[in-house]
Amino acid sequence: MNKPLRDTDLVPDDDGGPLYAAGKKIYPQRVSGSFRRIKWILMAVCLGIYYFLPFVRWNRGLGAPDQAVLIDLANNRFYFFFIELWPQEIYYFTGLLIVAAITLFLMNALGGRVWCGYLCPQTVWTDLFFAVERLVEGDRRERMRKAEEGWSLQRGSELVLKHSIWLMIAWWTGGAWVLYFADAPTLIKDLVTFQAPMVAYIWIGILTFTTYTLAGFMREQVCVYMCPWPRIQAALTDEWALNVTYKYDRGEQRTSLKKAAQARALGEQVGDCVDCNQCVAVCPTGIDIRNGPQLDCIQCGLCIDACDNVMTKIGRPTRLIGYDNDINIHRRMEGKPEIFKPLRARTVVYSALIAGIGAIMLYALLNRSLLDLNVLHDRNPVAVRLSDGSIRNGYTIRFLNKRGFDRVIAVDVSGPPNAVIHIVGADSIVPDRPMIILARDATTELRVLVDSRPSSEEDLAPSTPVAFHVTDIGLGEVASAKDVFVKP
Amino acid sequence: MADHAHHAEIDKVTGTSTTGHEWDGIKELNTPLPRWWIWTFYACIVWSLGYFLVYPAWPLVNGYTTGFFNYSSRAELAVDLAKLDVVRGDKMAALATAPLADIEKDPALLALARAKGKVVFGDNCAACHGSGGAGAKGYPNLNDDDWLWGGTLEQIEKTLLYGARSGHDDAHQGNMPAFGKDGLLEKDQIVQLANYVRSLSGLSVRPGTDLAAAKQLFADNCSSCHGDEAKGNVELGAPNLTDRIWLYGSDEATLIETMTNGRGGVMPAWNERLDPATIKAMAVYVHSLGGGK
Repeated sequence: MNKPLRDTDLVPDDDGGPLYAAGKKIYPQRVSGSFRRIKWILMAVCLGIYYFLPFVRWNRGLGAPDQAVLIDLANNRFYFFFIELWPQEIYYFTGLLIVAAITLFLMNALGGRVWCGYLCPQTVWTDLFFAVERLVEGDRRERMRKAEEGWSLQRGSELVLKHSIWLMIAWWTGGAWVLYFADAPTLIKDLVTFQAPMVAYIWIGILTFTTYTLAGFMREQVCVYMCPWPRIQAALTDEWALNVTYKYDRGEQRTSLKKAAQARALGEQVGDCVDCNQCVAVCPTGIDIRNGPQLDCIQCGLCIDACDNVMTKIGRPTRLIGYDNDINIHRRMEGKPEIFKPLRARTVVYSALIAGIGAIMLYALLNRSLLDLNVLHDRNPVAVRLSDGSIRNGYTIRFLNKRGFDRVIAVDVSGPPNAVIHIVGADSIVPDRPMIILARDATTELRVLVDSRPSSEEDLAPSTPVAFHVTDIGLGEVASAKDVFVKP
Repeated sequence: MADHAHHAEIDKVTGTSTTGHEWDGIKELNTPLPRWWIWTFYACIVWSLGYFLVYPAWPLVNGYTTGFFNYSSRAELAVDLAKLDVVRGDKMAALATAPLADIEKDPALLALARAKGKVVFGDNCAACHGSGGAGAKGYPNLNDDDWLWGGTLEQIEKTLLYGARSGHDDAHQGNMPAFGKDGLLEKDQIVQLANYVRSLSGLSVRPGTDLAAAKQLFADNCSSCHGDEAKGNVELGAPNLTDRIWLYGSDEATLIETMTNGRGGVMPAWNERLDPATIKAMAVYVHSLGGGK
């Protein structure tokens, strides 16, 4: 840790005590200011999306679900507005996760743990729970006083009220979760009339419990002990990333307001920090930002608001705590102007990666085929000799019809000499060209036999490429898949 | 070792106390776990004790403790299987009543028959015919189009129900006599016949073989079962000798052995072990392997 201006040795307050540490109860104080306002807005947006998105309707025509965002596990479909994804297309999710990870890196390279401070569900719900706590029990001092005073009827009723509201929020959180997996209005009706499947109630229960526990009790412990991101981000960050920083070049030496005024009257240099501890009081993880960047800091910016309020009151410039980096602190100390470099190798690379993967995904999405087939060669036996000497290979083909209507397709084969195709259980009108009906929005798995009759044994290689072609008789859409044809 | 009664040493850099443990001059900092973590760990231990009581756990000399709930994964499986039978009841009933020819025309029934057939095949037939029905020497390949006892759905079902030479009254009967062992033919006659039969399916013939004489020998001894044209006879399970498929092999030595000692492979009668609906499913499955007629 870099602390050139603070040579005061920390005084340890423990004497090597027990091998576990009791959690310190933190009483964050209410604060107002620009970062708090941003956090309120982001909370409203995030929770609004989470709680109400399942109710958004989207017309996909008859027989298809009309919910804008729906994870239909029973039918293996995922609907996201105009996109309908199949399990085979799980790579879109992989791509999405990769983009999300790189976006996280990019945010980290630009503004530190922006995710932690403003968008992480743990932060958002904990913040909401803090707000409820303040509403019911009062602000920091009041809560601390009440915690010391012990039990009374009013204290009891306050706690009952607080936990009831917490549980209601938690329950609503769990309830909103299951709505993403079934038609929301129907599921709500079923839930109310106790007709819903057991798994829905179980998931509501699990998420109610986790929300209540993590946001109500675990709070900062999740960030400090459970979450891997603080460790990972510490390895990803660099000296240019903006972080919530105490500008010790401006703040030190800390002095009381009165002494500072006296010193300034005499023309002496004193720090702006008046040691009011407001930044500590408002911190949701209970740290002192003036100790420098640390793992426990989720960089929510509330200490910036708290400090700005104090600085405004005592007539000093704001942003004694602000988004800054160590480079600028040192530059200021050396009398150089501040510089900010959002365009750096890593931010450019991250942005390029995001753009690149995004473009690939978009291209794949716009050009995805709505008619497809997967071929699986029989393994046992791989090839059979028929009585007339011709050779037969068996395949299992899975046909995918991603359109919302039934369609007739013809199946052709090419590759081995004189190849003839049969589909087990499908009679065809046209000889050697089986035609089958593919049910709408479904897969059809059929066993397919390919016979090849080479003019001589040498005419057929031990392994010949074989291609299956599927043609939609009505739309003319085509799809192909390759495999091999082998000799016994 | 750490002695908490002593005054703890404070690490200068971090300001944290050390545990007093030291290896090669490196001292361990005392950074305690949060208390809830420790309690979660203890709770897990208590929870695991619950497992010992609730589930079968302790091995005894003649068995094991059964636990409070008398839980057993075997019983659970039996219950699940019974439930499955109920769920599949309608479909299996449909399979049992549908005429054989209609099953292949109904995609749902065909899929069911193939799925069911595949499992039953693996359990009962794979030992001889191979898990994919590829067969082996003496055990017919079920993927090709050559059938000793006929390859229509009905014929396959009959073979499955009663078997071949199984001892069942309705079983297929028919034997390849031991021409050599029983003294019906001389050794050189058998050699001639073996080469004649090879010539029927276009295989090379030993130089000096009198094919015309062999043809007469065939007409006298073999055609009653294999037919004048050697095309075989499904009533007797006599194979077609003109095609490219040989159950025991087509080389001269094998053919001589076949004619000397005879053949008579046995297929069990499965109606004694499997119910009619299952056999139906199997017949459809085998038929759909590719060679069905």
